[in-house]
Amino acid sequence: MTEIRLETRALRRHFGALVAVQEIDFKLAAGARHALIGPNGAGKTTFINLLSGALPASRGRVLLKGNDVTDKTQAERVKLGIARTFQINRLFRGLSVLENVCISIAERVGAAPSMFYPVGRRTDVIDEAMHLLDVLKLASNAAHRVSELPYGRQRLVEIAIAIGLKPEVLLLDEPAAGVPSTESHIILDAIERLPEHIAILIIEHDMDVVFRFAKRVTVMVGGALFAEGTPREIEANPQVRAVYLGQASRG
Amino acid sequence: MSTEAVPLPPVAATPGLDQPAARVLMWRHHLRWWEALPWLAAVAFYFIFPDYLGFATALLVTILFALSLDLALGYAGIITLGHAAFFGAGAYTVGLLAFHGIWTEPITSLALAALAAAVIGFASGVVLLRTQGLTLLMLTLCTMALLQEAANMAHDYTGGFDGLPSLDIAPLFGFFEFNPLYADTQYLYTLAILLVCFIFIRTLVYSPFGQSLTGIRENPLRMHAVGAPVRRRLIICYTISGAIAGVAGGLWAQTNAYVNLSALDLDRAATVLIILILGGYGRLYGAFVGAAAYLALEHFLARIYPTAWQLGLGLLLVIVALYARNGLLGLGEVLWQRYFVRRAAT
Repeated sequence: MTEIRLETRALRRHFGALVAVQEIDFKLAAGARHALIGPNGAGKTTFINLLSGALPASRGRVLLKGNDVTDKTQAERVKLGIARTFQINRLFRGLSVLENVCISIAERVGAAPSMFYPVGRRTDVIDEAMHLLDVLKLASNAAHRVSELPYGRQRLVEIAIAIGLKPEVLLLDEPAAGVPSTESHIILDAIERLPEHIAILIIEHDMDVVFRFAKRVTVMVGGALFAEGTPREIEANPQVRAVYLGQASRG
Repeated sequence: MSTEAVPLPPVAATPGLDQPAARVLMWRHHLRWWEALPWLAAVAFYFIFPDYLGFATALLVTILFALSLDLALGYAGIITLGHAAFFGAGAYTVGLLAFHGIWTEPITSLALAALAAAVIGFASGVVLLRTQGLTLLMLTLCTMALLQEAANMAHDYTGGFDGLPSLDIAPLFGFFEFNPLYADTQYLYTLAILLVCFIFIRTLVYSPFGQSLTGIRENPLRMHAVGAPVRRRLIICYTISGAIAGVAGGLWAQTNAYVNLSALDLDRAATVLIILILGGYGRLYGAFVGAAAYLALEHFLARIYPTAWQLGLGLLLVIVALYARNGLLGLGEVLWQRYFVRRAAT
């Protein structure tokens, strides 16, 4: 059995009386390609927010490689190896694509607090950023301001910033959201080329994406885990078809 | 972790570093020829207009104050309308020390002014920088108002509404007198302090720390998600910005030889904001252009329409807000590029 990277135990989050995520036990193995699906409002993004530390848990624990990180802030969890992307772009829009990635890498290598030498002297950071952009096929856009890029390319920058953190666990919140289907393959290709050892949890609505990318699928409904299995099993599960896949199921 | 040795660039650059985008980043901090212009102009001014050095000293102080605001507002995106709090803290530090005969040596007084302003910047920053937007704006305003009222009420020490007149500042290096009639010493002294502070600020904004500040300005939520201690960075920035504003205030007190409540006034805080918007924020030299433009406008418009000169300023601000979001400097850049693109095309 492969080792477990990320684990939750009876993880719960409520907003007042509304229970967004209820008592979830979940495991993400090293090198996982795991999809999280479910209808709108199922609590998928809240779950990701609990994992990344953007939201504190109401109850339950989050464990990273067996260590309890429930009480760690988002920034501390990043240092421990959990990175995420956002459903809606959160980029440094006024800066160049290269700078967007440099900011993330500088943060990881501990250069960011330095005040007395110029950014340009950290050629190690710049070089790594250029290399990363190259891998993601963004190198030709490196000098462009993010706000000038088409949306699909911006989604790639969203991923590039997270990859710059060299995470062990990567949480992708609908990476292809808002991208026209003609361009979404660029994003998928990029995700497929990510280093194998990273454990990836991806929220996705597009079933084609899920079935192409994921080796395991978890279905979330009403804040709780509903079913888990291989894509085939999920596809064949009559209950899942009833509540979620519905007419979108592939014959 | 913060200030480890700077790694030297590798001898043979990798292909990635040859790309235009990488070059831009690697060369961004290098001095351009035109960066010498403001300093040459300042030195030339000394020889050409010896009768206007008092006015020019005020201009230099304003530039320094605007630069300090640029660090907080233009780079880190801290929306503040209370920056005169730090200017005033610096001014009153110098004023109180000199008036009560405790300490009059100019340079160490300035250091103490910076320290006092930094302490206030840190203390208020720890509280204020939990908030953002309009709340932050109002709280910065409140901090300044509280300080002003405190200065007003502590009449026995601060002179209250009348302020502290005729400060006795010791000669610079024990030799160069601050003569109220001939502002030579004041001008050169202020210019030197401005240069030192400017070099510091310029180094800071081009450093990885400065880059992370622009990241916070552009998207604080994402900065959290890349593991940056956002609030700590903002507090550090606010403290440094406050210290520099304190130096500006200290200079103002020393070169005028008085301090009064106007140092802590909303009018002063708003003026420096207007100057920065006029010149262009988040671009270092916006403070220079804005301050020069503002004081020149004030000077000439006040001569033409002594009662309503601010009308002309208001019109200019409307035009800048509508058509030149990056200020006069941004407008200049656009025109410059257009001119060169056109010339290169023919």
